[in-house]
Amino acid sequence: MFSARRAGRRLHGGRITHAVLIVFTAGSLFPLVWTAIAASRNSSRLARTPPPFWFGGNLLGNLEIAWTDANMGTALLNTTIVAGSVATGTVVFSTLAGFAFAKLRFRFKNLLLLLVIGTMMVPPQLSVVPLYMLIAELSWTDQLQSVVLPTLVSAFGVFFMRQYLIEALPTELIEAARVDGANSWRVVWHVVFPAARPAMAVLGMLTFVMAWNDFFWPIIALTQNGNPTVQVALTGLGRGYIPDQSVIMAGALLGTLPLLIAFVVFGKHIVGGIMQGAVKG
Amino acid sequence: MSMLGPGERPPAGHSTTAVAAAPSPGEEGAAPPLAPAPSAAEERRRARRSRRYRLDVKWSPYAFVMPFFVFFLAFGLFPLLYTGWASLHRVELTAPTDMEWVGLRNFSRLLEDEFFWNALRNTVTIGLISTVPQLLMALGIAHLLNYRLRGSMFFRVAALTPYATSVAAATLVFVLLFGRDYGMINWTLGLAGFDNVDWQNGEWTSQLAVSTIVIWRWTGYNALIYLAAMQSIPNDLYESAALDGASRRQQFIHVTVPSLRPTILFTCVVSTIGATQLFGEPLLFNGSAGATGGADHQFQTLGLYLYEQGWVNLHLGRASAIAWAMFLILLVIGAVNWLLARRLSKSA
Repeated sequence: MFSARRAGRRLHGGRITHAVLIVFTAGSLFPLVWTAIAASRNSSRLARTPPPFWFGGNLLGNLEIAWTDANMGTALLNTTIVAGSVATGTVVFSTLAGFAFAKLRFRFKNLLLLLVIGTMMVPPQLSVVPLYMLIAELSWTDQLQSVVLPTLVSAFGVFFMRQYLIEALPTELIEAARVDGANSWRVVWHVVFPAARPAMAVLGMLTFVMAWNDFFWPIIALTQNGNPTVQVALTGLGRGYIPDQSVIMAGALLGTLPLLIAFVVFGKHIVGGIMQGAVKG
Repeated sequence: MSMLGPGERPPAGHSTTAVAAAPSPGEEGAAPPLAPAPSAAEERRRARRSRRYRLDVKWSPYAFVMPFFVFFLAFGLFPLLYTGWASLHRVELTAPTDMEWVGLRNFSRLLEDEFFWNALRNTVTIGLISTVPQLLMALGIAHLLNYRLRGSMFFRVAALTPYATSVAAATLVFVLLFGRDYGMINWTLGLAGFDNVDWQNGEWTSQLAVSTIVIWRWTGYNALIYLAAMQSIPNDLYESAALDGASRRQQFIHVTVPSLRPTILFTCVVSTIGATQLFGEPLLFNGSAGATGGADHQFQTLGLYLYEQGWVNLHLGRASAIAWAMFLILLVIGAVNWLLARRLSKSA
């Protein structure tokens, strides 16, 4: 039974395994598929039983209404800018700090690292009131920087890069570069960044997804009619400024589709990244 | 790593100074005696270079960690402390700079505030009915995903897709699915002979519906975390268990679960923190009715109550007090978790 199992104890899944997983997968995907179905119908069809199980012909019309009336075009562009900047900033700053914590020596290092880890436990609710006062004072309400700047660095990112670089970056490599006369910035550019690239990609993807879906702070900092991100625009839709249910679903579809496409393309890497982060974290 | 071999590195840092100072990089140690009598200029250059090197080694670590700490101080620590300060004042959203000192009154009012206790209760119950089934299901799914499967990558990616869906989009879909009259869930229940359930207005049913959204979004994510931990369990543990005649089920209970204990604890802590902060689901599950969390506040959570006090009722001081109360609750939960973990690891 267990003999000759060199490649691992991992037995082949039987029919029941497959059946349960298929049911689970259906449950995971169904709400998304149904979003698309509802978005392709109209509201009067949605207010009838049985609910629709297949696509209708209104998808393009509903997408168009959501796009114009709910400001989805602006919202998508804004969210791309926000998530892109937050992901870039987090990756660069986390790699720098993670490198310092993993490989360099300096005073207060352990204390500072403890501080980084400690901040992971602090809930965002604790800072919204002063942050709101701050952006109101600076007249930054409805400006994208009010969403980008507070989330531009991440304690998790620093910790994640540190854990990765401890193993992935041989100290001899840094020393060799130094012997060759490279200063610290050159070491970062020519040794650390190349060694960290796989982890940087993972952290970038995870941060992008998180920033794209961020909800609590954007809803306070941005208004629906001013300069919304996708999540803020969707809230406006849900609160019934546009009462048509199928248009709401079209908006939800528009807000989710970019990440779903990314999942189809990069899914393997994102899964690998989360599993890797789990083991290291 | 090997891609970064010597070829990738530039032969010398600053082309002029470095080349002059270190003509043969391979023989750093032997270089000084070889140099005949270094001229004064050469000496000065070398001194400058080594001083620059020492400064660089000493200060660049701080430069590398500085961006994090600058942003953390400005947008993390300062607001954290200022929230505490604001919680001791009467502050209105309309005029956030007019602060009137009220001492601990915001906190004492919270203790008498039935909506605060209601929100706290709801946060606990929704947290429990979303976290416990979620983690149990994740454990089971991870176990299945750990088998060799045809299309295993497809199952993994599919399990993670809800994680890519935002709170807003997910909640809006579930509002429709949980609709009282035409929702698909009631329709399905109707096929089984049940009456329509009012998912939005019932106390338990609404909390169950809100929890469903949380469970849907996070089960697959947690399953992947468990799966990662399962794959790092050494094989021999299973082999010796099999030798002792343990069935697959017994192997799962006596080998897999104990080995996963730290990971399970980790997901418990993370999920608890997430549950304490629950906000988007109860906000949007209420449709256009605002931040009350249902007509009778039946699914208003602490996070939502904070938002209502601050941004609907415009009492920023009270909102700050709620924020600190949440923080204290989290600290207590953290301490309990830590004690439990210590107990568990001792008994193991």
